[in-house]
Amino acid sequence: MTTIPLEHALMLAAILFALGVAGVLMRRNIVFVLMSLEIVLNATGLAFVAAGMRWGEPDGQVMFVFVLTLAAAEVTVALALMLQAVKHYGTLDLDILRRMRN
Amino acid sequence: MELLLWLIPLLPLAGFLVLAVAGARLPKAGVAVVGAGSVGLAALTAALLAALFYNAGSDPVIARLGPWFRAGDLSADFTLYLDQLAVIMTLVITGVGFLIHAFSTEFMADEADYRRYFAYLNLFVAAMLMLVLADNLVLLFLGWEGVGLCSYLLIGYWHRDPANGYAARKAFVVTRIGDVALLLGLFLLFVELGEFSIQPLLAGAPLYFESGAARMELIAFLILGGAVGKSAQLPLQVWLPDAMAGPSPVSALIHAATMVTAGVYLIARLHPLFELAPVAQMMVALVGLATLLVAAWAALSQRDIKRILAYSTISQIGYMFLALGVGAWGAAIFHLVTHAFFKALLFLGAGRVIEHMHHEHDIFRMGGLRRVMPFTFGVFLAGAASLAAVPWLTAGFYSKDQILLAAAGAPELGTLLFAGGVIGALMTAFYSFRLVFTVFFGEPVTQEREHAGWRIQAPLALLGVLSIAGGLIPLPLEQVFPDHHASHALGLVLLAAGVALAGIALAWWTHGRRRPTGETANWPLWRRGLDRWQASGLGFDAVYGVLVETPFNTTARALRGEIVDRAVALVIAVNQGLNALTARLQNGRIRHYALGVVLGVLALLIPVVWL
Amino acid sequence: MTLMALIALPLLAAPLVWWLGRDNPGRAGVLALIAVLADLALALTLFTAGGDAEPWLQRWQVDWIPRFGIQILLAVDGLGLLMVLLTLGLGAAAILASLSEIRERPGFYYFHMLLAIAGTLGVFLALDLFLFFFFWELMLVPMYFLISVWGHEDRDRAAIKFFIFTQASGLVMLLAILGLVWAHHADSGELTFSYFALLEAGLDPQFAFWLMLGFFLAFTVKLPMVPLHTWLPDAHTQAPTGGSVLLAGVLLKTGGYGLLRFVVPIFPEASAAFAPVALWLGAAGVLYGAVLAFGQEDVKRLVAYSSVSHMGFVLMGVFALNIQAWQGTVLQMLAHGLTTGALFVIAGLIQHHFHTRDMKRLGGLWHRLPRLGVMAMFFAVASLGMPGLANFVGEFLILVGSFRADAVVTAVAALGLIGAAVYSLILIQRVFQGPETETTASGISLDRRERFLLGALAVPVVVLGLVPQPVMDLAAPALAVLESLMPSGVLP
Repeated sequence: MTTIPLEHALMLAAILFALGVAGVLMRRNIVFVLMSLEIVLNATGLAFVAAGMRWGEPDGQVMFVFVLTLAAAEVTVALALMLQAVKHYGTLDLDILRRMRN
Repeated sequence: MELLLWLIPLLPLAGFLVLAVAGARLPKAGVAVVGAGSVGLAALTAALLAALFYNAGSDPVIARLGPWFRAGDLSADFTLYLDQLAVIMTLVITGVGFLIHAFSTEFMADEADYRRYFAYLNLFVAAMLMLVLADNLVLLFLGWEGVGLCSYLLIGYWHRDPANGYAARKAFVVTRIGDVALLLGLFLLFVELGEFSIQPLLAGAPLYFESGAARMELIAFLILGGAVGKSAQLPLQVWLPDAMAGPSPVSALIHAATMVTAGVYLIARLHPLFELAPVAQMMVALVGLATLLVAAWAALSQRDIKRILAYSTISQIGYMFLALGVGAWGAAIFHLVTHAFFKALLFLGAGRVIEHMHHEHDIFRMGGLRRVMPFTFGVFLAGAASLAAVPWLTAGFYSKDQILLAAAGAPELGTLLFAGGVIGALMTAFYSFRLVFTVFFGEPVTQEREHAGWRIQAPLALLGVLSIAGGLIPLPLEQVFPDHHASHALGLVLLAAGVALAGIALAWWTHGRRRPTGETANWPLWRRGLDRWQASGLGFDAVYGVLVETPFNTTARALRGEIVDRAVALVIAVNQGLNALTARLQNGRIRHYALGVVLGVLALLIPVVWL
Repeated sequence: MTLMALIALPLLAAPLVWWLGRDNPGRAGVLALIAVLADLALALTLFTAGGDAEPWLQRWQVDWIPRFGIQILLAVDGLGLLMVLLTLGLGAAAILASLSEIRERPGFYYFHMLLAIAGTLGVFLALDLFLFFFFWELMLVPMYFLISVWGHEDRDRAAIKFFIFTQASGLVMLLAILGLVWAHHADSGELTFSYFALLEAGLDPQFAFWLMLGFFLAFTVKLPMVPLHTWLPDAHTQAPTGGSVLLAGVLLKTGGYGLLRFVVPIFPEASAAFAPVALWLGAAGVLYGAVLAFGQEDVKRLVAYSSVSHMGFVLMGVFALNIQAWQGTVLQMLAHGLTTGALFVIAGLIQHHFHTRDMKRLGGLWHRLPRLGVMAMFFAVASLGMPGLANFVGEFLILVGSFRADAVVTAVAALGLIGAAVYSLILIQRVFQGPETETTASGISLDRRERFLLGALAVPVVVLGLVPQPVMDLAAPALAVLESLMPSGVLP
């Protein structure tokens, strides 16, 4: 079995990360922002796993579990908030929800 | 003897303490007994001590009580020093003081706040005695400030009227200007000679300073500054006429007999320093001359009976300064003593007149009081005659004569000083008898007869006798002052005598024979202007108002907003501006926040990657 | 051990008073008073303390953070003892003055009061610089709450201003302390915050000058020195009476104490080099305070500016650098604490009874309250420097001392004595004399506690004015040490 070079994995992670960040910055809909965040988190997770493979250490996978847990918790809370937002304001557009501030 | 010496100032002090602490429980009679009694006892003690002192050959007595404060080479102790000069001053203060206290017990009997009056008066006597008996300059300064405080308290005794409060504050603040000069003089003395005790200072100064040394002149000038403030001499004389807002016995005791002459005492006490400072000493004479002329000139146009006497006091103290300036120390003290007698008498008499006229002060609304107030007229006449220096009969003649002769004999400017003194004497005689003729002669304005108990009559009668015969009392001062050789030209004596009589005759001509109404409305403009200028005391108040008071008030008002605080406000404003700027970043757009985070990370990463 | 107990007693009593007196003003006040009086009794035992090395009366130390050379090092000499007695005496007075005024959250009020007292005691006793800084900060926080919770109408702004000024200057002092410790470490290899060790620090003159400025700044903000004084009028005016008494009477003294204890002995050369500037700053404070006091309409603001003027004399006294001036400084601090404290009590009484501090609306109080009039006259006269009362001795000695150092600046500062007469007497005139106004026409009288309080403050003013020598003798050994530390050629 040929191993995937570390560079490739990191490159992929970087591309995913950039995509995710771009999504967070550009989307107006909360659902897409959230999905983009997931991509960012998974990109870092990928980087951890790849790095763990490279050094033959389990730490990378342990960190990935942490990231997963975090992502799960985050999604739970965020989805709950989204439901409330839809219920109260009838929209998921961030620029409209911004008025919540006042 | 040491114990007796301490008793003298402590008795009135005890009187003050009793009145201040326990006086509320005393009836009026009790207050009178404590108030006058403590000073009376002090007077008796002083008389006894004087007898012992003269018996023992007039050797100085030193009474130590203990240290006050000492730090490093500085020491100021509670020590009293009695010599020939201090004996005379003590006798005058306690003697005249007691008479005025006794007078007050009846004169002020209707006052609601009787106790406060006597408490202040007792405190004053204690402070004044401290001043003249102090062995060191710090203790002297204690008395010096103490009398100033009591003067303030008593001028403002009727404090419901803000005008009285203003007069009181004016007196305190103006004299304090002089006090600061005096204080600086004391510091300079201490720095140069390392000493505050008077006798070692006087002994040490001639060894340390050459005559006319710049520092010595400066010290003498600063001390003169203190004396000028306290004794209401030019240019700090403005407080005394206003000080007449106090009760008349207060004017008699503080603003005629004792406190205002403290400056004369101070210079006489420190005369060896002035002998080392010829310029400063000449300045003393010139200040005296200028003051006696200016004040006498201003007295000519006063209408308020007490203000006439106030300007007269300033003028008479000018004579004392003149004597000091020409080195006739003894003559200055002699005039101080006789002046204490006749001026106290005149103020008490004026108080009687004002009371009889139901608080009328304007002499042109009085007249003919000779018939309804014969007793008061008699003693007032004695006082006025002494003030006018009626030749050979009165005490005032002898003392003023000594001063004029000393001035004539002065090595420098003798003619000028003598001529000025004579012109002053002419004006003095004129304004004294202008007052007498206007108030006591002519048609009576009231038929009400005077009533006076013995506590009023006895002090007035005694002071009357002293005003006439006081010139015969010997004042031995030979151990304190060097001999002074005055001119004894008979011609000068006759000139002085003639001038006094001429002044009285002139007053009879203008105010006795004729009865001016005091109405100025139909006077020509120049005469009204002149009159007003004279009446205002030559406009000093207005000048000081423009030069000192207004700028000070304006500065204080302008600074009230605190310029310094503006700087602080600026710092606050800048911070608030920055805050507003950064607060705008928090606009609720989550994507902007995220962008911020990304940019921040990039900003941190780029240097790491590149460098 | 006594020293530790001295600080610990109010510190421990504070929460107790809070809890026991949370809704009972009388009980809270009395308990706090008892605590302070007990502490005062404890402080008096120090007179009999078996001597440490001259001039120290007692010393106590344990390690705190040995790794950084930080100890709990407490020591007291005559100077410190006088300040401790002043703190406790005025602390008791401040509590007495608060009894009828504080109705809201009394337990919490006295909790802060006791904390502030404990902090101040710590400042006067701590001789480890880290510990000193700790107490320095401890002193501020309760004071901030006293102003911001129980103060008058504009209390928030005043409290924040007070806090920022003192906090910022405290930071500068912390830097200076660290710099000093570091320099000492670099010099001797020993890491310590102990005052006694740092006294010996061999410092580069240039660096020492900057360190000196750091301490100077912190202490003169507290003093306060013009132009760093602007927190004071606001804080004094807005604080409740007890807070004003504590602020004026005690907290300001930490500035003067700090200058005498730290700045001059640790940096004698730098102080001597800086002295001419400091003298002029002091004189400027004397005059500026006097002029501004005269311009005020608010009774408390007037008294606050008179503090600025009086503390200008303290600054001059410290930097005249001779024994007379230092003795005068100590006396002036005590005298100012007593007279200004009493004037704030009087201002508080006026505010309490007539609900205003505006002099335009006051007047003729003497007719209603002759006793209060007499007491106000007494303290006003003391404050303008009447011989025979405490302030005179202090000001006289300071002026003699500074005259030796610089005659011109002394002559300028002496004009402040005229200013003192002007503002003190205008206060009496506008509040107590003249006709009554609508505000003051109501009939009230002082109760026994109020009379006792003012009387108790008046007695030491007279005693210090007439027999200051015992106090001066007590402070003398500490000041003699200062004198011995001055480089030769500085003392005239």
